[in-house]
Amino acid sequence: MADYLPHTSDDVASMLEFLGMNSLDDLFAQIPSAVRLANGLEIEPGLSEPDVAAIFAGYSRANEARATTMTCYAGGGAYDHEVPAVVKALASRSEFVTAYTPYQPEVAQGVLQAIFEYQTLVARLSGLPIPNASLYDAATALVEALNMAHGATDRQKMVISSGIHPHWRAVARTFAHGTAHEIVEVPLRNGVTDWDSVDVTGAAAIVSGYPNYLGVLEDLSVAKALATREDALFIVGADPVAAGVLKSAGQWGADVFVGEGQAFGTPLSFGGPYLGLFACSEDQVRRLPGRIVGETVDSSDRRAFVTTLRAREQDIRREKATSNVCTNQTLMAVTAAIQLGWLGTYGLREIATRCAQGAHYLHDQLVGLDGVSVVTDEPFFREFALRLSLPAALVVERMAERGVLAGLAVADLCAGADPSIDMDIESVLLVTVTERRTKEELDYYVSALKEVLA
Amino acid sequence: MSKAPAPGGRAASAPIMGHESEPTLFQMSVPDRSAYQLRTTGVPALELDQLVPRAHLNEVVVAIAEVSERDLVAHFTRLSHRQFSVDLGMYPLGSCTMKYNPKFCDAIANDPGLNAVHPGAPASLSQGWLEIMVTLEEKLCAITGMSAATLQPAAGAAGELTGLLLMRAFHETNGDDRRRVLIPDSAHGTNPASVTLGGYEVTTVPSNERGLVDLDALKAALGPDVAGIMLTNPNTVGLFEEEIIDIARAVHDVGGLLYYDGANLNAILGAVRPGDMGFDIVHMNLHKTFATPHGGGGPGAGPVAVAQRLVDFLPGPKATRMPDGSFDWVAPERSIGRVHGWHGNSLVLARALSYIDVHGGEGLTRVAQHAVLNANWLRHRLRAILPAAYDRVCMHECTLKATELKAKFGVRGLDVAKALLEEGFHAPTVYFPLIVEEALMFEPTETESVQTLEALAQAIERIAQRAQDDPESLHRAPQSTPVSRVDEARAARHLIATADAER
Repeated sequence: MADYLPHTSDDVASMLEFLGMNSLDDLFAQIPSAVRLANGLEIEPGLSEPDVAAIFAGYSRANEARATTMTCYAGGGAYDHEVPAVVKALASRSEFVTAYTPYQPEVAQGVLQAIFEYQTLVARLSGLPIPNASLYDAATALVEALNMAHGATDRQKMVISSGIHPHWRAVARTFAHGTAHEIVEVPLRNGVTDWDSVDVTGAAAIVSGYPNYLGVLEDLSVAKALATREDALFIVGADPVAAGVLKSAGQWGADVFVGEGQAFGTPLSFGGPYLGLFACSEDQVRRLPGRIVGETVDSSDRRAFVTTLRAREQDIRREKATSNVCTNQTLMAVTAAIQLGWLGTYGLREIATRCAQGAHYLHDQLVGLDGVSVVTDEPFFREFALRLSLPAALVVERMAERGVLAGLAVADLCAGADPSIDMDIESVLLVTVTERRTKEELDYYVSALKEVLA
Repeated sequence: MSKAPAPGGRAASAPIMGHESEPTLFQMSVPDRSAYQLRTTGVPALELDQLVPRAHLNEVVVAIAEVSERDLVAHFTRLSHRQFSVDLGMYPLGSCTMKYNPKFCDAIANDPGLNAVHPGAPASLSQGWLEIMVTLEEKLCAITGMSAATLQPAAGAAGELTGLLLMRAFHETNGDDRRRVLIPDSAHGTNPASVTLGGYEVTTVPSNERGLVDLDALKAALGPDVAGIMLTNPNTVGLFEEEIIDIARAVHDVGGLLYYDGANLNAILGAVRPGDMGFDIVHMNLHKTFATPHGGGGPGAGPVAVAQRLVDFLPGPKATRMPDGSFDWVAPERSIGRVHGWHGNSLVLARALSYIDVHGGEGLTRVAQHAVLNANWLRHRLRAILPAAYDRVCMHECTLKATELKAKFGVRGLDVAKALLEEGFHAPTVYFPLIVEEALMFEPTETESVQTLEALAQAIERIAQRAQDDPESLHRAPQSTPVSRVDEARAARHLIATADAER
């Protein structure tokens, strides 16, 4: 049977002889016999690559929702953007793919410099000077930001707008069990955070979404004023594509920016691996989670890059570390740098603008239909929520029969009732439009929804 | 040696074609150059300020870079030539398991039927993905001897913290207020960091002179306030914790749980299962054991499998096989909640499943056997120059010491590591575990041939000779790499984290 192991039986025999051993079993003599597996693993025998490929082709066929055949209007932090051949080719270079954490900078300048370029782009898009080298995804980046706020204020109360993606909030709630943070979720009213409805006194962090997960552009100066009043960190979870044209988190006065970087060159990938974007103000640099790459020189005074401020990290500070992150999402960060390099200054503005144009065009066509009404009349950017006369989950199913992944049923996203929705949540559908959608596709969406709701 | 293999290949020419710095993307930028091309959509091109209130628009244009596609390709290709990788040569970085990553598994992940699926698509339209997840969970449980698993954690450290939260939920449900988690002094730094984030205090257990957990010290540290212990087995020195049955009994006797750090699971595949050793919670690093590419520092995947009594606490929702044979998302009854924005690093999970399918049970067993064989061959081959920290049979990695070279010639472990880069090999892990002086930890992995191991050994012999003849040259090594030793102190003293930072 074929596998990826080089040793011939002669190799094994002579290597064992070199060790003075008779069998491979001798190598495992340290394992108490009481727990040794007598008959190996209960896993089916190995198959050849083509045989395994046939099994996976079956899995693949059973995924009807693929964006290559079902036009994708689902967003919620995962977007169907253009990823050109050149980005795929560069990002799949095996030097990037099969390296590990740049512990030896002399032979890791490629990854280190690519991360440095990525960090520069994250800083520019966030308007904050101290980026890190990536985190797992936006949800876990938010958790790291909350931990930073605790470190900065020594307080436990985290006040989070429910305009933050429901999954990010769910992850924050989970990890709060360990850190004993008190998570206060602020309801939305008419799509906008109702800060007056909660007591923010003694908050460590005030967290806002920009746009919020329903697509709405909120005036962040309200949240910023609360953060300033309470001397809390102001954390903004922002859409990095929209950041190509919108005011940056830094311009709104954020201390910390977190975001989902999937939109920069990573395919939908059924949710991962994605890219947790993170940047903060100078004041917080000693509490920065994860790795950071810095510029320096080598012994011949040539420019060189290296992971730095290492004294914060878990392998050195152990139980006093600011974060437990070790492996991050470097390949996605490198991919993001490549994709942004391809887009360039005006390409990023162009896709951000086209997303907004497409979303507004579709929105305006849809709200004229019977059975469709708006959830809010607040301004939005590239995503919007609609209230339908049928349950949104049912509409998604029926639209799928017409070749359209119509969006996300908000009740599913929230796993039930949620402070972000002050109406029948089952009826709410979240729709996004990317730069890949043509007018013809958008018009088809409108006619298909009309049929479904009729 | 009964057989003297011809030395195998190493990175002797590539990746380096010169010593010039590569300009940054920003330095290459020229106004009005561009590379992007977008679809013709026909959507009315309204001005942004007609769509969005001006108060939200940035008055400043955010500069990215302006480069041609050709320059973009040249830039990142040149950067890639300044980077060592598994595909290029041996990468014996101890504890990281830098084995060959089959191209086949990448091809699996590149199928649009997998990678073009939106994570929020209804279960009915993503049945293939749910089946992949259920199947992988079943196989990971068979490999570890556990009852159920979550695939959500995105890396090993995320798995650790998830495991600790499971531990916390379990004790809290039993009305049990426990405060401490035990960790051996040889543990990875992620363990104590995760314990703190899990809301527990760390109690460090010393190792004995054999490099193993000191059982008496462990027993002395145990008490009714101990929530559990985190163990890596084989441990970070590369040795199997032979007293694991006694350790498990002692911890269980005080009502604690055993957490298995799966960083070294690759050593014991098919030989012994964490569940059979008494572990209650197990995380796996799929990027190590199941050969998914490390990506320059991620993505990984850190699924966590648990014993029956912890199944109800697992993160959710979980892909689940329903009675009618279909698949759906189901939240475990007393779930601790989500630990990932979606379902985990799905494409990494698919790669790992395809790797398991190619190998099968027997193949996976051989993976561990050959990994252990290679580590022992290398340990034995190098014993005259770099003696083992603990001189006996090791598992998948060997912790060697450069103490003799240091005493005789003033050449440190770091110098040996740096000189190996010049020799066309990636360095081993240096100065870890912390309990071993001048530690050099080699993990050859099962995918390196005996010829490659011999080439590495001969390179180390040459370095030892240089230590004797010209120790000063080793302090300056490496010289043939894209950059020589870098000024790390300067980087930390004056942080330049972006191209825009003040210099």
